[in-house]
Amino acid sequence: MILKMSNIKKSFDGIEVLKDISLHVDQGEVVSIIGPSGSGKSTLLRCATFLETIDSGEISYMDKPAVTTDSSGAARYVGHKEMAQLKEYFSLVFQQFHLFPHRSVLQNIMDAPVKVLKRPKDVVKQEALDLLDKMGLTGRGDAYPYQLSGGQQQRVAIARALAMKPEILFFDEPTSALDPELTGEVLKVIRQLAEEKMTMVVVTHEMPFAKAVSNRVIFMDGGVIVEQGDPKEVFDNPKEERTKQFLRVFER
Amino acid sequence: MSIWTMITSMAVGLGRTCAIFFLTLLFSLPLGLIVALLRMSKNKVVSGITRFVISVLRGTPLMLQLLAVTYGPYYLFNISVSRNKLIPVVIAFSINYAAYFAEIYRGGIESMSPGQYEAAEILGYSKLQTFIHVILPQVFKRILPSVTNEIVTLVKDTSLAFTVSYQEMFTIGKQIANSQTSFLPFVIAGVFYFVFNAIVDFVMSKVEKKMDYYH
Repeated sequence: MILKMSNIKKSFDGIEVLKDISLHVDQGEVVSIIGPSGSGKSTLLRCATFLETIDSGEISYMDKPAVTTDSSGAARYVGHKEMAQLKEYFSLVFQQFHLFPHRSVLQNIMDAPVKVLKRPKDVVKQEALDLLDKMGLTGRGDAYPYQLSGGQQQRVAIARALAMKPEILFFDEPTSALDPELTGEVLKVIRQLAEEKMTMVVVTHEMPFAKAVSNRVIFMDGGVIVEQGDPKEVFDNPKEERTKQFLRVFER
Repeated sequence: MSIWTMITSMAVGLGRTCAIFFLTLLFSLPLGLIVALLRMSKNKVVSGITRFVISVLRGTPLMLQLLAVTYGPYYLFNISVSRNKLIPVVIAFSINYAAYFAEIYRGGIESMSPGQYEAAEILGYSKLQTFIHVILPQVFKRILPSVTNEIVTLVKDTSLAFTVSYQEMFTIGKQIANSQTSFLPFVIAGVFYFVFNAIVDFVMSKVEKKMDYYH
């Protein structure tokens, strides 16, 4: 099991955003998380990637605990060193890309593997060039982010994440900042990764994509997982009234 | 006294003017960054004290600060005033300019989007690596126009060294003006400052151009 989250609770200013959520992701699985705005999908990803700290619950990667909850009910994170190691298991692709604007495409991809993982520069460079080929960005290594379209920037961001060789890749609404035209090229790349059995968790509003690519769909609302299962089951034959209601919006 | 004599005697002081200018930049630019970081400290005591110090340095005349740094040690501790006035002058200028630079740095650092920090964190950068490789280069570009503004002001502010009789260009000009009862030395000083700042403008626009490789 790559990721295991149990009984996650998270509040912002007294408002409970995640209410006792549990989630696990196995090797090679593609999990889509759908749901209305404010349902807690993004917060769940941010907690999983330690951008937010949870109030209580447990998170582990590759069976190594990152957060545990002691008897008093408070979440305890492991130390700095262990955390740094756990962080190497995952990466996250943001809605707004968050590329480094002052660094070229190639530098964006190479910097962290070289500076953080201390891997040899020439090896990393070759891998970065291969990743650019894979992302359909051959020859754009010397460009700067501002010179690229949103779709291209997001593909660079995916390459940057993959260069860290994560066990699992999270996507936080990867196409929500893109024109419909550019959405397709990003989804194509994610689909290709799914075919290569990359373990992924994708928060998305692209229902046809979620249905076609994922092994499991999770529908979240109001800080809880309302329904989850095989995408065909959830989309074509939802059991919960709330799920039906949500999916009807997309049928129009 | 001919104009030429005036110009050459004042030009002798230009070396000292440049000394104030370059030494102040050398010390105040890094010092300003440290002050900015203290000002943004999560520790309320540290940020509070820093805030107060900045407000004093910005809220009182630089001329007063020059006098305080130069003669303060004598009045307070009976330490004789150092013969080389360059030291107190540069200390006063550096502290004063660091306060202004600190606020410019702070503005730049706080204008960075949280996304840049988060991206760096996800990639495993340490806090220091994030600051040095991700934040600072972008801050530098953003604050360049404001920094240029301060540098231009600094060129003209060097003339304040006359208050402690440090023999830089303007001080010499003022002495000549007094002894010759002539306004000409002030005109010459004006031309000197203008040319100096034309050079500053030229250099800084080159730097800005160099940073123009990204948006």
